Amino acid sequence: MANVEPASLSPTDRYRSSNLWLEALRNLLRNPSAILGMGIIGLLVLTALAAPIIATHDPIKTMIGVPGETGRLPSKPPCIPLFGCEDPIHILGLDLNARDLYSRVIYGTRTSLSVGIITISLSIIAGTALGITAGFLGGTVDNVIMRLMDVVLAFPALLLAISIVTILGPGLTNALLGITITFIPQYARLSRASVLSIKEQEFVVAERALGASPLRIVLGHILPNSITPIVVQGTLGVGTAILDAAALSFLGLGAQPPTPEWGQILSESRNYLFTSPHLVFFPGIAIMITVLGFNLLGDGMRDALDPRLNRN
Amino acid sequence: MLTFVLKRLTFSIPVLLGILVVTFMLARAIPGDPCIAVLGERASKEVCESFFRRNGLDQPLPIQFLVYLRNFSQGDLGDSMRFHRPVMELLVERLPTTVELGLFALLFAITVGVPLGVLSAYRHKSVLDVGTMVGANIGVSMPVFWLGLMLAYLFAVLLKDTPLALPPSGRLTPGANPLPFYELMGWVAEGEEPAGILIFLSRINTLNAVLTLNGELFVDAIRHLILPAVAVGTIPLAIIARMSRSSVLEVLNQDYVRTARAKGLRERSVVGKHALKNAMLPVITVIGLNFGLVISGAVLTETIFSLTGVGRTLVDSITSRDYTLVQGFTVVIAAGFVIINMVVDIMYGYLDPRIRFN
Repeated sequence: MANVEPASLSPTDRYRSSNLWLEALRNLLRNPSAILGMGIIGLLVLTALAAPIIATHDPIKTMIGVPGETGRLPSKPPCIPLFGCEDPIHILGLDLNARDLYSRVIYGTRTSLSVGIITISLSIIAGTALGITAGFLGGTVDNVIMRLMDVVLAFPALLLAISIVTILGPGLTNALLGITITFIPQYARLSRASVLSIKEQEFVVAERALGASPLRIVLGHILPNSITPIVVQGTLGVGTAILDAAALSFLGLGAQPPTPEWGQILSESRNYLFTSPHLVFFPGIAIMITVLGFNLLGDGMRDALDPRLNRN
Repeated sequence: MLTFVLKRLTFSIPVLLGILVVTFMLARAIPGDPCIAVLGERASKEVCESFFRRNGLDQPLPIQFLVYLRNFSQGDLGDSMRFHRPVMELLVERLPTTVELGLFALLFAITVGVPLGVLSAYRHKSVLDVGTMVGANIGVSMPVFWLGLMLAYLFAVLLKDTPLALPPSGRLTPGANPLPFYELMGWVAEGEEPAGILIFLSRINTLNAVLTLNGELFVDAIRHLILPAVAVGTIPLAIIARMSRSSVLEVLNQDYVRTARAKGLRERSVVGKHALKNAMLPVITVIGLNFGLVISGAVLTETIFSLTGVGRTLVDSITSRDYTLVQGFTVVIAAGFVIINMVVDIMYGYLDPRIRFN
């Protein structure tokens, strides 16, 4: 029985399904904002990978007493070459601990990108597993899982993340876990809804009649058919996760000094806003550009992958 | 309609109960000894024991929860371990700051976001449309706390000596001590403790200013509100503008809009009466959903603008392990969130009969 090739996986269908993804990719490449989003993310990934080459200094090294340094105190007005000051050494000036701000912002790309992507991957895995279990099994299991998700959703996301991090203790890993938990219900709901709509369709019923195991049905049919909205939501989610992580670090609950993380750099320098605004300005811009990249790509993917929107 | 409302109400009960359980457990799971956090490192064992007894912390967890539930149903959220005052009293004192900030942020988001979205849909692919969408994309990508800091720098430092200068912290000019409206109106006799609701309302500065006909106070309160409200409201604004735009675009392509045009109705009537009414349905949901964003934004913004609201108090209390306060404030915020979502759902059901009957 197990050797029977299910109807829905016939070679023509496989061809058609790969064609669908190709079609989606083609749609995506026709969308200017998606291309811009991909461009931004591509550049950021390159920056993260090549941080040791692009950065001019060690991001956690204090430049006091280092040979060749001008000896400028960080509290003095910043000297930013971009704004017309001639200082070949420190492109964005020094931070309050006399560390090179440019190098810190460059290295911060690594932290933020990994936090965003890991958080969303974890919550997609956990959320999809819960959602599919709930939708597939139904009954009490469904009720318990979904009510639990309702309770998690009942808390404003950042508040819940703050509470979780407080219990686990401040730190980047715990912040990551806290944010992951707040994202799980979204994916659980999405995948459960897909399961419910696919479960009763004829090809799944036929598969079941052929004696396929539940695991095979889930992995072979339900998961591939519910992946589109999850991918779209996931891409949009990366941006939000990066914002949340930065917010936690800003409150002192995420990345701890001296780790170069954008929210953390902002938090360190916020009390010097009125004297050294550049310390606050650049990490904020970095967060904004990164989130913008993921949002643009996510929007583009939604347009490309959601056939209902292909009106034009 | 009544069955729909009742059904929606019953759906909320398990969620509210779940919130109570989760908050109770969360507050208990905060690491560290509350006795040492409250009474200091040098508190002796005996002192701590009596502290635990006084606060009911020596009882088993299920009993603590039942006591908590009973007190909660009577509106008693316990005494704050840090402030040594009833949590309810602190809530009445500090919630107005957050409510006022949140309302003004939402007001800003709606009054700017909805017209922008509608206009961009109406003038689809025009400069205004493209500009709004670019602005909205940037708006949703900005960290609230960064925007707050930048606004503070722009309006308090760069524009310092211009008429556009705005205060970067506090709710009123230092020294201002407005008379609560209930005192001015003689509702509460001297020496008498006013009702909680009166204190709550009088602490919403703008409302108090209107009720006491104090123009100066009103302007002062508004001037202090602008920067934090814009910071908190920007992300919701961007989301609302995007939602209104796509919703109006969809409706404008519908047959009944074409019919309305075909039968010669004026454009204003077509858009205002036919299109907008239906297009606003999803927008209402989005506005309701933004409440969570407003709360998260308030937590971050209150810290930046030195506002003593629930967000800032909560974050401070978490670090000082004030169980009762964390528990009380979190429950109230989450319950408020659930209730607002319920009201939005009910409104949605009222506006769109299809939902009611499904």
